[in-house]
Amino acid sequence: MSNFSIKAVDLSKYFGRRLIFKNLNFEFENCGIMGISGANGSGKSTLVKIIAGIISPSSGKIIHSNGESEIIYEKLHNYIGFVSPYLVLYEEFSAWENLEYFAEIRDVKFNREKIEYLLNKLLLFDRKGDMVKTYSSGMKQRLKFIFALMHSPMFVILDEPTSNLDSAGKDAVFQIIEEESKSSIVIIASNEESDLKLCSKEIKLEDFKNSK
Amino acid sequence: MNTKAYALYKKDLYSELRTRYAINALVMFIIVAISVILFSIGNEKISQNLTSGLFWVVIFFSAMSGLARAFVSEEERGTSLTLHLIAAPSTIFSGKLLFNLILVFCMNIIIAILYAALFDSFVINNFALFVVSFILGNIGIAASSTIIAAIISKAGAKGTLYPVLSFPILLPLILTVVQLTLLSNQGANFGDAKFELAIVFCYDVIMLTGSYLLFDFVWKD
Repeated sequence: MSNFSIKAVDLSKYFGRRLIFKNLNFEFENCGIMGISGANGSGKSTLVKIIAGIISPSSGKIIHSNGESEIIYEKLHNYIGFVSPYLVLYEEFSAWENLEYFAEIRDVKFNREKIEYLLNKLLLFDRKGDMVKTYSSGMKQRLKFIFALMHSPMFVILDEPTSNLDSAGKDAVFQIIEEESKSSIVIIASNEESDLKLCSKEIKLEDFKNSK
Repeated sequence: MNTKAYALYKKDLYSELRTRYAINALVMFIIVAISVILFSIGNEKISQNLTSGLFWVVIFFSAMSGLARAFVSEEERGTSLTLHLIAAPSTIFSGKLLFNLILVFCMNIIIAILYAALFDSFVINNFALFVVSFILGNIGIAASSTIIAAIISKAGAKGTLYPVLSFPILLPLILTVVQLTLLSNQGANFGDAKFELAIVFCYDVIMLTGSYLLFDFVWKD
């Protein structure tokens, strides 16, 4: 179990004058699966991007802590795993090359054992040497899970984790999510009932739309 | 941090060798630009002053066509988010700067060789001064192009914005290196060129420091 925690303090986001959410407060600690739900366009992806430090909130802040110490923005990427339909891996490289480059750029050990386990689990092992551009959208989605988990992150953000996946892919992904949630915080942003069923806590973004 | 930046540079290099995203555009631009200049000159004898100017004009526009791609290609392919998730902004900037530095040096060495071979009036009489000004000029072009590329990659009209932003930022550098090239053509010594060298050196230091500090704000939406 990790000592990791994520705390949102009075988080608000506007795009121009349009309110996405306001006064959002929550805290996730140690491990488990948390859900973020809401209709299309409700700001689920915006919220997960803010949690991952990719975009800034209009006001409020997200505090990522490891034990007592706060994690600075420069180091945040080492602790995060992120999967989403809009994440794109390098199509001119094979899956294996992509993962090797990511390990090198992150300056972490290339954990061959873990990567081979994930490739097998996600049914990509036989295609690991093929260029990503030859993959179907479902295979690309499965590869993103390996990208997200290869460095053993302390929190994993899954935005629409089962999009483009067939039933075998969904089963594999659900198993991986259950495994990961034993040691890290998993955040799922989705509309799918089957995805949200896994969550022990849920934030409904519709509750934070009131502009007053 | 250096290992990570080098790893990012290596990724960019292999990606470039596979996609030829920038190299093809650069090579074509260099060939076309030098051919057009040669055809337009014909048998005319042009002055050293004009040759030095044209030399840096080709370099400036080649940089326009190639160096922006460091960030624009990531944005266009949608891989910027992936970069966000694997590296700190300082690593990304250092890796992209290293890639642009090597690209600009390779490109400009080819331009210099072609110039020396094809233009009679491009005679370097103080080679050491030329090399120093060439190195400082290339560092300035790479540093400013990298940060401008990062800025425009977030914008809509990337193609138009790049020259618009680059022109005022690169103008002091280009004017000074044109003067330095002219001095090296005329065989002037380092003492005669110390004022211009100081300007280019300061420009490089300011651009490198400013870009490094600014990049965090440019990179995070």
